[in-house]
Amino acid sequence: MKRLAGRAAFFLLVLAIVAYTVFPFYWAVVSSLKGGSALFSVEAWPSAPEWSNYVAVFQEQPFGRNILNSVFVAGSVVALSLFLGVTAAFALGRVRFRGRATLLLVILGVSMFPQVAVLSGLFELIRALGLYNNLFGLTLSYLIFTLPFTVWVLTTYMRELPVELEEAAVMDGASPFVVLTRIFLPLMGPAVVTTGLLAFIAAWNEFLFALTFTLTDEMRTVPVAIALISGSSSFELPWGRIMAASVIVTVPLIALVLVFQRRIVSGLTAGAVKG
Amino acid sequence: MVVPPERALVVSSPLARQKRRTAWLFLAPVLLTLAGIAGWPLARTIWFSLTDARLDALDSFDFVGLENYQFLLTDPDWWVAVRNTLVFAGISVTLETLLGIIIALVLNARMRGRGMLRAAMLIPWAIPTVVSAQMWGWMLHDQYGVINEILVWLGLIAEPVAWTAGHGTALAAVIAVDVWKTTPFLALLTLAALQLVPEELHEAAEIDGLGPVGRFFRITLPLIWPALMVAIIFRTLDALRVFDLMYVLTGNSRATASMSVYARQQLVDFQDVGYGSAAATGLFLVIALVTALFITFGRVRLGAEPGR
Repeated sequence: MKRLAGRAAFFLLVLAIVAYTVFPFYWAVVSSLKGGSALFSVEAWPSAPEWSNYVAVFQEQPFGRNILNSVFVAGSVVALSLFLGVTAAFALGRVRFRGRATLLLVILGVSMFPQVAVLSGLFELIRALGLYNNLFGLTLSYLIFTLPFTVWVLTTYMRELPVELEEAAVMDGASPFVVLTRIFLPLMGPAVVTTGLLAFIAAWNEFLFALTFTLTDEMRTVPVAIALISGSSSFELPWGRIMAASVIVTVPLIALVLVFQRRIVSGLTAGAVKG
Repeated sequence: MVVPPERALVVSSPLARQKRRTAWLFLAPVLLTLAGIAGWPLARTIWFSLTDARLDALDSFDFVGLENYQFLLTDPDWWVAVRNTLVFAGISVTLETLLGIIIALVLNARMRGRGMLRAAMLIPWAIPTVVSAQMWGWMLHDQYGVINEILVWLGLIAEPVAWTAGHGTALAAVIAVDVWKTTPFLALLTLAALQLVPEELHEAAEIDGLGPVGRFFRITLPLIWPALMVAIIFRTLDALRVFDLMYVLTGNSRATASMSVYARQQLVDFQDVGYGSAAATGLFLVIALVTALFITFGRVRLGAEPGR
């Protein structure tokens, strides 16, 4: 009897945890499907679900363009940080040289300092390069936070590859570049996918730089577009449209996360716990 | 964890020397990029903080010494922002850690559907902060919010509350959203650490008559402490520089403005690059101080080689 009560309590706890984590997203979906005044009545599922909010999101602002912007910025950030990260991780993970530990600490330190602390300096730099209100300006600035952890996580993975593989290749006269691209890179597949995914999510979600370094609606990324959605009057926000936009950008992320959940968890732990 | 046998590489043969040279070559792009987009802007920000630069005329400014810092130290709004940030970071990280441990312990139990549960945990983590702020902003809406509706129905409050506008509740609302969004991160890291705790230890302790609570505090907690501490440090540093949540949920409102919000408002909205940079440098110093305190008192060895 006591055991049964314990199990029931445990089950309730699990249920509470699931409800807590999933409910806000569920509520966003429900609200996004309500048109007109239905939005202002609380019901668990809209009695007359409709897509009008989803249509309005794309009609009232260049939201399609915003999505493309985000895809471009996040994609280019991932490509650049993986390329730079893999080469740096090879040096940091496979070669012993003086100052290696210090370098790793410096790189980690970069990921810790606040984005606001570089805001004015970066603003000046981006304007000088002619990249203000330009997506390349965002790509460049996002490397600040994706590069450190890409290097850090890839280094921890790189360290664990067996040294015999490398020795055999070097005996055969392979150059370090060949060792990296032909031998290590194929083995690093999972690690590269994981770090790439984490970098993508970080870049996709970034707000402060995107808000500060872009000016026109056409250059906004998705988070800025969602934060700045406003209605006809400044007092009433178009909540239905905001929820629709939120659902649109979140669904692909959730799909990615569900497909790659094991990899993501291992990447997060490699980044933080093993660090 | 096994450290790769690097001994073979230590021998300073010509081959090893060549390898070291290649290593620096491989590192150069990353180091140059980071120096360009992080080191240089940081130095410029610190330099700007000693000038009267304006955003619309960044190339002509005068050196004013520590004047900006004098203003900063006497501005009550800055101290409100410092207090907001510290309260936010302190409370949200504490709650996240406690909740994270509880959730991790639940997830660690053997049961059906554990994978599904873990996947559900990742949802808040993956949702952009801006989106979660908007979602909660709607749920906390003073007139039509579902949270008011539920609380009134339960009889916990007599009438709807303007959560994000109220003086005492705005910061609490911001903290609640942050706890929702980042508890999963701590739970998953704690879970990873929990799964490394050997089963035999628990069995031995059970035989010795230690209860579940005793087992947790005497065995589990000390073993997961190093991993937990690293996660807490990461989260704290993250919380100290919080910007998106406040900006989206409550705008530049003084009741919730964090140091980042304050600095950006001066920098961009008021175009005062000199003063805003001083505030940003102030935040930088606070974070450096907190990191130093953590490393000293948390007995963490950041950057320690794995397995050593």
